[in-house]
Amino acid sequence: MENILNLIQNLLIADFRTATPILLAGIGLIYMYRAGIVNIGVEGTMLIGAFAGSYGAYIFNNVWMGILVAGIVGGIVGAIFAFLIITIKADQIVTGVAINILAIGLTTTLNRILFGVNTSPPEIPSIGKISLPYLSEIPFIGRLLFNQLSMVYLALLLVPITYYIFYKTTIGLKIRAVGDHPKAADTAGVNVFKVRYWTTIFGSMLAGIGGAFLSTGILSFFTEDMVAGRGFIALAAVIFGNWNPWGVLGASLLFGFGDAIQIRIQAMGSNIPYQFLIMVPYLLTITALAGLVGKVNPPKASAEPYIKEE
Amino acid sequence: MSKLLEMKNITKRFPGVIANDNINFSLEKGNVHSLLGENGAGKSTLMSVLSGLYKQDEGEIYIKGEKNNFKSPNDAIKNGIGMVYQHFMLIPRLTVIENIILGIKQEKEPLINEKKAAREIQEIADKYGMDIDPYAKVWQLSVGEQQRVEIIKALYRGAEILILDEPTAVLTPQEIEELFNMVEQLLKEDKGIIFISHKIEEVRNISDKITVLREGKKIGTVDATAKKKKLAQMMVGREVVFTVDKDNVSFGKEVLKLENIEAQNNKGLKAIDKVSFEVHKGEIYGIAGVDGNGQSELIEVIAGLRKADNGSVKFLNEDITNQEPRSILRKGVAHIPEDRQVCGLVMDMDIKENMVMQDYHEAPHCNGSFLDWNYISKHTNDLINQYNIKAPSEKEEARNLSGGNQQKLILARELHREPELLLAMHPTRGLDVGAIEYVHEKLLEARKEGRAILFVSTELDEIMNISDRMAVIYEGKIMGEVKPEEVTKEEVGLMMAGTKKEELK
Repeated sequence: MENILNLIQNLLIADFRTATPILLAGIGLIYMYRAGIVNIGVEGTMLIGAFAGSYGAYIFNNVWMGILVAGIVGGIVGAIFAFLIITIKADQIVTGVAINILAIGLTTTLNRILFGVNTSPPEIPSIGKISLPYLSEIPFIGRLLFNQLSMVYLALLLVPITYYIFYKTTIGLKIRAVGDHPKAADTAGVNVFKVRYWTTIFGSMLAGIGGAFLSTGILSFFTEDMVAGRGFIALAAVIFGNWNPWGVLGASLLFGFGDAIQIRIQAMGSNIPYQFLIMVPYLLTITALAGLVGKVNPPKASAEPYIKEE
Repeated sequence: MSKLLEMKNITKRFPGVIANDNINFSLEKGNVHSLLGENGAGKSTLMSVLSGLYKQDEGEIYIKGEKNNFKSPNDAIKNGIGMVYQHFMLIPRLTVIENIILGIKQEKEPLINEKKAAREIQEIADKYGMDIDPYAKVWQLSVGEQQRVEIIKALYRGAEILILDEPTAVLTPQEIEELFNMVEQLLKEDKGIIFISHKIEEVRNISDKITVLREGKKIGTVDATAKKKKLAQMMVGREVVFTVDKDNVSFGKEVLKLENIEAQNNKGLKAIDKVSFEVHKGEIYGIAGVDGNGQSELIEVIAGLRKADNGSVKFLNEDITNQEPRSILRKGVAHIPEDRQVCGLVMDMDIKENMVMQDYHEAPHCNGSFLDWNYISKHTNDLINQYNIKAPSEKEEARNLSGGNQQKLILARELHREPELLLAMHPTRGLDVGAIEYVHEKLLEARKEGRAILFVSTELDEIMNISDRMAVIYEGKIMGEVKPEEVTKEEVGLMMAGTKKEELK
């Protein structure tokens, strides 16, 4: 009994960790999606963030500087995406794919130039754990919720903050209006382009930080293509979570659980080929989405450029 | 009296067209100044310039005597311009409060004080005798209520000049009366109102002055006492006949018979509830009602595009309930769909391709799997001449035709097959006076030839003029079947708002 409880606890602790990058990118995506922007380039943005975070931490010898660099670089990628889809009015999906392809090439090249090929990864500072006094001593949930990597707390905090911003402030109201009916927002005096630019930049910053958590939190070095579809899973989590921060938290934990369980089973030396186990989070994603088809209620102006006649 | 607004020599060009050509327009306090004109005359463009959505190429705007050319909608709002768009600028997912305060700086920016906003909204609503729940989501509101939200939204922002763009198009007669009462209230407070419409009668009722636009040019400004005929002539550029000449035709056998039809809308809610009626040979049977009361679903059920959950559709005594659309069409049913640009035509295809959309798979239009373009072109050209479609050639894309010519194309395609039954859904919607005349003419011609016609329209005058018999539909139920000459407009209006025929007197 004790063993099973222990196993579940360990699984859940791991779950919160594996869910965090998905949650960070997912929250970032909510800001964009709610403003009518479907950024599938979030996968690439995370990858660039992962590299920037790792390199920043290495250069400054400080992990938080690395996170900051990842955020800034993510924001720059977001700004480029925003310029292409908002100002130039390029197709959002195609542009997103382009960013993903660019990210793979860019990070691979820079990684080999800056860290060298075939050398063991350099020592890079990584995110530490924070044990909250007293709270972490509560049985079961203490270790689960209050003895985590510091970034996990930040990600979790973003959920209520985002909810509050969306439903209690004019900022959120503007974002929701722009994503559903940009022309109505425009005639009401909302600057549609400004809202879309800032949500894209801010959302991409979060995606960059989510990527950096992979290379400075879960691991402490960068590996090529280390995001491995988590950006797409975050996108699925947003749809699954019905564009609501709490929903996205639930979806991230669900998908993170798949990831956590696959690592456990692998580590136990199971006979199942590990390739099948790696599929688990993706299978969960597909099943979750398939079960949900027909009930989703996306922002009405998703992926549509706003063309203002002058 | 002081001038609230003056627009001087406004010119606005779009690629290839001059939407507004050197137009002057002014408005005084406590006055209603109407803009009258057909679709595409430039009314909406002029008002979009005034509301800051478009920038004029030439000309100046003066507010209370001061020059003020708006750079953005926000700029216009700050200067007291309130625009109520024909297609409401409301976000269905948001609440009334959220829609109204959207874009306004809050006292404790960025925090929203919902209670205070609700109170202020309620105050405005009470003042003008409007009934509205500030916490309701906009999608839950009726069209009339949504319009009220739009008006409150403008007033909340301190509008002194209220622009109403075709405000009556979506309302029942009773709702129109409420709207007009509200306008009276606003005038008492010295606000100015610009009323945009193409309905001559109502413009004469409500206005102090009327400015007529045609093809982007100002034809003139007249007092509201001007004769209807004169206004129509200014609007269209020629004389217009208002009455439809209808010969007496005796009805023949039953062509279409509906019995207790029930069907759902796209949201899975009941849209048609036990609808029964029959249409005879040589009869125009009208379905009147405010848009969205089940008309679309009803026609779709008959055409086989929507599943009937209950009841039966009989065509010439044959049960055709829930058959494939093509098999129904081929039995002799023609269909003028409600939205010619969405489901009537493929806008990116040319005239000849659209013309054979139903027959392409049959000889002589094709040889086995190959289309006979020579035949199709010749066939199309015949119909272009016969139906007087204005187009450079049969190779012109449907998108480039005017609304009237698009409708003629559909009429040609549907009527040349000599159907026994014609389903005509809003066949004149959005057309100008000339094209409307043409469509009416064709419908009456078809009636004379002994076709049965099911005619759906939301325009009360039109449907009472054209129909031999008519039913009024409300929330999917038939409120009653009447002969147009035996009822008044007010009675039909009440039925459109949900009063049963038996309850009328």
